[in-house]
Amino acid sequence: MTEFAGSQYLIEIIYLIASALFILSLKWMSSPATARHGILAGEIGMVLAIGGTLLHHGIVDYKWIIIALVLGSGIGIPLGMVQMTAVPQRTALSHAFGALCVTLVGTAEFYLRTPNVPKFMMSVLSMEVILGGLTFTGSLMAAGKLQEILPQRPITYKGQNFVNLLLFLVAMGSAVYLVLHPEAKIFFPIIVGVSLIFGVLLVIPIGGADMPTVISLLNSYAGLSAAAMGFVLDSKLLIIAGALDGSSGLILSIIMSKAMNRSFTNVLFGAFGQVQASAAPGQEAKPVRSATPEEAAAILLAANKVVIVPGYGMAVAQAQHKVRELYDALTKKGVEVRFAIHPVAGRMPGHMNVLLAEADIPYDRLIEMDEINGDFPQTDVALIIGANDVTNPAARTDQSSPIFGMPILDVDKAHTVMVIKRGMSPGFAGIDNPLYYLDRTLMLFGDAKQFVGGIVRELGGGH
Amino acid sequence: MGSNLIDALFVFMLAAFIGFEVIRHVSPLLHTPLMSLTNALDAIAVVGAIVLVGEKKSTFATVLGVIAIVAATSNVVGGFLITDRMLRMFKTSRPTNK
Repeated sequence: MTEFAGSQYLIEIIYLIASALFILSLKWMSSPATARHGILAGEIGMVLAIGGTLLHHGIVDYKWIIIALVLGSGIGIPLGMVQMTAVPQRTALSHAFGALCVTLVGTAEFYLRTPNVPKFMMSVLSMEVILGGLTFTGSLMAAGKLQEILPQRPITYKGQNFVNLLLFLVAMGSAVYLVLHPEAKIFFPIIVGVSLIFGVLLVIPIGGADMPTVISLLNSYAGLSAAAMGFVLDSKLLIIAGALDGSSGLILSIIMSKAMNRSFTNVLFGAFGQVQASAAPGQEAKPVRSATPEEAAAILLAANKVVIVPGYGMAVAQAQHKVRELYDALTKKGVEVRFAIHPVAGRMPGHMNVLLAEADIPYDRLIEMDEINGDFPQTDVALIIGANDVTNPAARTDQSSPIFGMPILDVDKAHTVMVIKRGMSPGFAGIDNPLYYLDRTLMLFGDAKQFVGGIVRELGGGH
Repeated sequence: MGSNLIDALFVFMLAAFIGFEVIRHVSPLLHTPLMSLTNALDAIAVVGAIVLVGEKKSTFATVLGVIAIVAATSNVVGGFLITDRMLRMFKTSRPTNK
C-alpha cells in the first residue's frame, strides 16, 4: 500500500460500492417479497468486487486466476443445484470451502511475509488460520454427519473436554509465542495443524439434533475468519463482508440456542451439552392408542382447524410433497390447515420452511412457534410428522428431563393429537415423550410418506 | 500501519453493528436462504486469493492461492444459485378453491 496508484483509487471505490450492495443485499432478505432483489444486489456487488480486483496493479499473470475461477464455477454449479433435502450438508460443505480459502490465503501470506511480521499482523493472521482451520475440518465433519457418511450419533470418549481444551490452549499458546517471536517459523504449521484437529474433535461429539446450532456457529466462525483476513490484507471490503457474515451466524446461533434452552456461553465455547442418552428405561411398554389411515382421515375431515407440525422425520422420509397433497385435500374440504414451525425443527435454521416452500405450500401458512402456541387449545387436530423433542411436554413439566426448559410447541393442548412415527423407539436424543401416552393422542405408525399418502387417498376416495 | 489498524477496527465495529441490526429483522422463514446468501457473500475472500495468485510471488503461494480461488468461487456460484432457487419457491397463498 505504499504507492497508491491511480487504479488503486478506482478499485477502492468499486469495493466501497460492493460493500454497500452487500449490506443492501442482507437488508432485502428481511422479507420474502424483496429477498430476490437481495440476491441481485449481492451478485452485482460480487461481480464488481472480483472485476475490480482484476485491475489490481500488482497482478502480473492472469492465466491461473482465470483457470481457477472457471474451475470453481464448474464446481459451484452442481453445488447450487442440489436437492432441497440436501441443503444442510451443502451449507456445511460451503462453510468448509470458505474456511479453506481463508486458511490457505493466510498460510501463503505468512510464508511470504515471515520473518518480518509485525505483532498485530501476526495476531490477526493467527486468528485467521485458527478460526479458518477449525471451521474447515469442523464443517467437513458436520457435512459428513448430515450426509450420513459419518455416524450421526455423538462420538464421545473420556476426557474429551480436557483434550479439546488442551488443543485449544496449544493453538493459542503457539500463536502468542509466534507474535512475540516472529522468527520461530515452526510454530505456524503447529497452529494450523492443531486447529485442523481441533475442528474435527469439536464436532464429532455433537449429535444430529444439535446441528442447527453447530451450523450457525460455524457460519459465524467462517465470517470472523474472513474478517481477520481482511485485517491481514488491509481490505475493508473483506472486513465488512466478514463482519456481516459473522454477526449473521452469531444471531442465528443465539436464536437456535434459545430455542434449545442452551446458555449463550455454552454455545460460544462449543460445549454443545450433549444430551445424555440415559433414556430412563424403567417404563416398559405403556399403552398407546394407534389408528389407521382411514381413521386418521375421518378425524381430520371432522376437524375445523388442523395444525401440522413437521420435523426432521418429514425431511428424511421426503414426505413434503405428500404433505402438500394432504394440505390441498383438507383445504378443499374447508378445513383450515396451518403449519407450526419450531426454530430448531430439522437440521439447520429455517430447514422446514424451505422444504415446505419447495412443496409449494404458501409461506403465510407457516407459523412460528411463539405465534401459534396460543392457538393450540382451539385446534381440533395437531398432526405431528417426524417431530419429537420439540413437542415433548416434559420440557415444560419434568424438571429431571434433559430438555427441561426448552421452549416447545404446545401440541398437547390440542383436542386431538396425531403422531406419525415409525415405531415407539425414543427419538434421537433418547428421551421418552409423554405426549404419546396421553388419552387424546393417536399414534399413526408407519413411514411418513406412505402414511400421509394413505390419508390423502382416503380423503380423495371418501367423496 | 497504526492508523490503518484503527480504521480497520472502526470499520469492523460498524459493520458488525449493521449486521446485527439488519439480520435481526430477517424473518425466520428465510433463515436457510439467509445462511446460504451470507455464505456466498463471505466468499468475497476470493479477492485476496486473486491478488495472491496474480502477484506470483512464490510457487507455494500461487498453488495455495489457486486452490483458494477454486474453493471460494464454488461458494460464490453455488451460494447465489441455491439461494435464488430457494427464494423462487416461497409463494404466498393463492385462491385455493378450484
